[in-house]
Amino acid sequence: MKGMTIIVKKTTQLIAGMVFMYGIYVIVHGHLTPGGGFAGGVIMAGSLILITLVNGGDFLKLIKEESGTTIIESLATILVITIAVSGFLFGTKIFFNNFLPKGIVGHLISAGVLPLYNIFVGTEVAASIFIIFLSLIIFKEESKE
Amino acid sequence: MDLTISVIVGFMILGALYAIHARDLLSSVIACSLVGYSLVICFLLLKAPDLAIVQIVVDTITLIIMVAVVLDSSREESFSKFDTQGYISALTAIFLGLMLLYFYTVSIQSLDVLGKSSLRMAKHYIEGAAQKTGSANLVTGVVFDFRGYDTMGEAVVLVTAVLGVLTILRIKGKK
Repeated sequence: MKGMTIIVKKTTQLIAGMVFMYGIYVIVHGHLTPGGGFAGGVIMAGSLILITLVNGGDFLKLIKEESGTTIIESLATILVITIAVSGFLFGTKIFFNNFLPKGIVGHLISAGVLPLYNIFVGTEVAASIFIIFLSLIIFKEESKE
Repeated sequence: MDLTISVIVGFMILGALYAIHARDLLSSVIACSLVGYSLVICFLLLKAPDLAIVQIVVDTITLIIMVAVVLDSSREESFSKFDTQGYISALTAIFLGLMLLYFYTVSIQSLDVLGKSSLRMAKHYIEGAAQKTGSANLVTGVVFDFRGYDTMGEAVVLVTAVLGVLTILRIKGKK
């Protein structure tokens, strides 16, 4: 895939990092302010899509990137289910048990396991949407040959 | 506020109608995204910022992918001749539309006014969620604690969608 001109590339280098940081902020503050795993994950995927669209990249690099992202997505999903199952080990024996201490409402480190769910679901959503985009690009490159 | 939402919904209907009838596919895609962005304003007016954030981000990503597809393939709509199958499809669509209208008028009579729900569970969530889950954002508390199974299902649905995309789009692997 061909990249874009140098003006777009330089602007993207300035912006993409900030967009990624904003996605992380939305995910980490998901239990305090509006937003959460899904919204923040899609923002992170948006910054990755921006970088890929602007810089381009050859076929082999894209395939390598895709296989790495697939591993991250599967690991994040397994971690979400592992945290849910580990509710069986502590206190009341129920699925999705909030076993960590609750803390004070409104602080950054509070609400038990909810921030962990937010972080892993956010990673999973970002990886999923990025994989769909990458596989569409790879399909286009493959069908050209 | 009802008047504002009505005007925005009328705008959405106009955008959707234009998206069907536009000659240029690029302007059709942009008219489609008009529906999504107007929905964001509706969500903000109805005090649902969580939904508004998700809607605006997903709509932007969808618009990028659709514009890329349109620019890559063709901007002209391909017309096919109107044959017997077309008449059957049109009749089915009209029949389904009439059925939907009928069931909508039946079910609307037992619904509450928009935004004035009086469900017992909703009151329980609003009163006790912050203390029980420890999360200041009630939506996250409900989504990840009270309705944890639903969220796990959503995450697994996304994984399944990715698996489906990877299965379909691999022409090299099929050979």
